[in-house]
Amino acid sequence: MAELVVLIDHTAGTPKKVSLQMLTAARSLAADLGSEVAAVWLGPGAADASAQLGAHGATKLYHWDSDEASAYVTLPQVEALEAVLDQTDVAAVLFASTNHVKDVAARLAIRVDAGVITDCTGLGVDAGAIVATKEVFGGELITTSRVADGKVPMFGVASNAFVAEPADGAAPELVALDVTLSDVAKAAAVTSVEKQSDSSRPDIAEAAIVVSGGRGLGKEDGFELIEQLADVLGAGVGASRAATDAGWYPHRYQVGQTGRTISPSLYLCAGISGAIQHRAGMQTSQNIVAINKDPEAPIFQITDFGVVGDLYDVVPALIEEIRSRTS
Amino acid sequence: MKVIVPVKRVPDTAGDKIIDPETKTVDRDAVESVLCPINEFALEEAMRLKEEHDAELTVLLVGPDEAQPVVRKALSYGLDAGLQITDEAIGGSDALGTAKIIAKALEGTEFDVVIFGNQSTDARTSLVPAAVAELLGLPSLTYARHLEIDGDRIVVHREHEEGYDVVESTLPAIVSVVEAINEPRYPSFKGIMAAKSKPLNVKSLADLGVSADDVGAGAAAATLYEFEPRPPKEAGTIVEDDGSGSAARQLAEWLAEKKFI
Ligand SMILES: Cc1cc2nc3c(=O)[nH]c(=O)nc-3n(C[C@H](O)[C@H](O)[C@H](O)COP(=O)(O)OP(=O)(O)OC[C@H]3O[C@@H](n4cnc5c(N)ncnc54)[C@H](O)[C@@H]3O)c2cc1C
Ligand SMILES: Nc1ncnc2c1ncn2[C@@H]1O[C@H](COP(=O)(O)O)[C@@H](O)[C@H]1O
Repeated sequence: MAELVVLIDHTAGTPKKVSLQMLTAARSLAADLGSEVAAVWLGPGAADASAQLGAHGATKLYHWDSDEASAYVTLPQVEALEAVLDQTDVAAVLFASTNHVKDVAARLAIRVDAGVITDCTGLGVDAGAIVATKEVFGGELITTSRVADGKVPMFGVASNAFVAEPADGAAPELVALDVTLSDVAKAAAVTSVEKQSDSSRPDIAEAAIVVSGGRGLGKEDGFELIEQLADVLGAGVGASRAATDAGWYPHRYQVGQTGRTISPSLYLCAGISGAIQHRAGMQTSQNIVAINKDPEAPIFQITDFGVVGDLYDVVPALIEEIRSRTS
Repeated sequence: MKVIVPVKRVPDTAGDKIIDPETKTVDRDAVESVLCPINEFALEEAMRLKEEHDAELTVLLVGPDEAQPVVRKALSYGLDAGLQITDEAIGGSDALGTAKIIAKALEGTEFDVVIFGNQSTDARTSLVPAAVAELLGLPSLTYARHLEIDGDRIVVHREHEEGYDVVESTLPAIVSVVEAINEPRYPSFKGIMAAKSKPLNVKSLADLGVSADDVGAGAAAATLYEFEPRPPKEAGTIVEDDGSGSAARQLAEWLAEKKFI
């Protein structure tokens, strides 16, 4: 049976939410295509995660337990995936459309002559082929496209585009991969990993709720208030470019055209005007809330709920309201 | 040291986009085109290598004749020479097609480092740099927020969600940069004037030995067959804070209704 190959993105032994979302999407595609869902886990930890992956639809789990998977830049993952594709009849490859994984996809695509569609927000089957929808030009247009015949179809799946739902799948069949890295694959080494994030907060691409702050905070300390609001909501923290440029918050939290594109269930921003470049990174969020003292701020064109007011009055009052309701 | 900076001409994000219903590509004549802003960070980083290592800098652009002002614009930052690949067959190429053209152009050029932007503001695939690296069999040190070259070694701080990885390889290498890496300078008046007379080499696909069949819309791996404007959003609730705390209360109620709290 042809296989829908899903590259599992994981951190510290736990699959990221996007991975379970991809498996859920793959399950319904596989049903339409008459294929099976094969997950791929690169690096240690596959055995522990296998039950969860199976529950979400993987009937097979290819795994490569070696630390080499992350010891070098990108290519170990490419070569492990090549080993998977070598031994299976592949219907399509699904991967998380995040920066580092897109590099894996690009290099793999050249090796196996694939066509790649990144940042897919919808996947369906039409006339036996997978069709993908994605938002382009900052979400102004929605396109539907498919990979040309004769190419391996590869789809980068946007975080939060699908809802992860466990089915009652059994534990997947485990298939250990035998990978011998080429010399090229070892040419760029990862010499250290610098973790700087506060791991108590979810990553903004994965988070169901993101709270962002902008120039309207007026000062770096303003982010303490944003973080407090985020923490009572269990949210991730984002920032506009004006805020990251000012050095108030690190660039990796920047939302927008040249930052990250996210699609949480709730995006709540304070002191952000809603410039087109900012909207490009968040306007597919399911619910948008803004707090801004300027009633003419463009962000209010896309809000589901807007508060016109000074964030230094509204946000503390909101935190109190939430605390009193949840305690 | 020789450094190449591939730059792209993109429609201005702030302008209205029009997709040609027949070719299903962006009508680039209908909107003002600019140097992709992310490439300014790559140009700045290249200038630093010029200042620190006396590097020789070349701009590379794949695109039509009309894109030449973008090459000149890039040169105005202080780079030394331009290389433009222009051919009617190029139009409609996807990211991997563009990567094949860039890789061929690089094969015929001497270089130690190629500095890409981490994405382009229109396509936003981020596929081109890693695909070029693969085609050339070179390391892809992408998403650099810091870059250092010492002899024949390059060290990059590769940004990710939780911080960054320190990665290193020998040269030559392919790099892409994120905007956190530096603060681009503005081209000086002198730079703008000098850019007009800098050498600009224009080549066709045939000059590179690329078959027209391998690029362009026909060879694009993904076929676009439908597009529609994003449906307009229904107007939401707007409340004004009158200092009584009622706005925050209403927002909290709304959040509770939506089950966010
Ligand atoms: C090539 C390019 C790429 C870009 N990429 C990005 C990107 O990825 N992400 C991004 O965000 N931007 C990006 N930008 C920048 C973008 O154009 C805007 O400049 C930026 O988003 C503005 O940030 P801001 O909304 O925080 O600041 P401003 O636009 O200055 O808005 C501040 C807002 O805060 C409000 N305010 C002030 N004080 C208060 C208060 N006390 N209480 C409540 N409200 C208050 C003001 O009314 C105002 O609306 C990019 C620009 C370019 C040219
Ligand atoms: N037509 C092009 N000519 C030269 N460089 C390009 C072209 N398209 C993309 N690039 C480079 O590839 C980077 C990533 O673009 P993309 O993969 O389209 O997101 C850009 O920042 C440019 O450096």
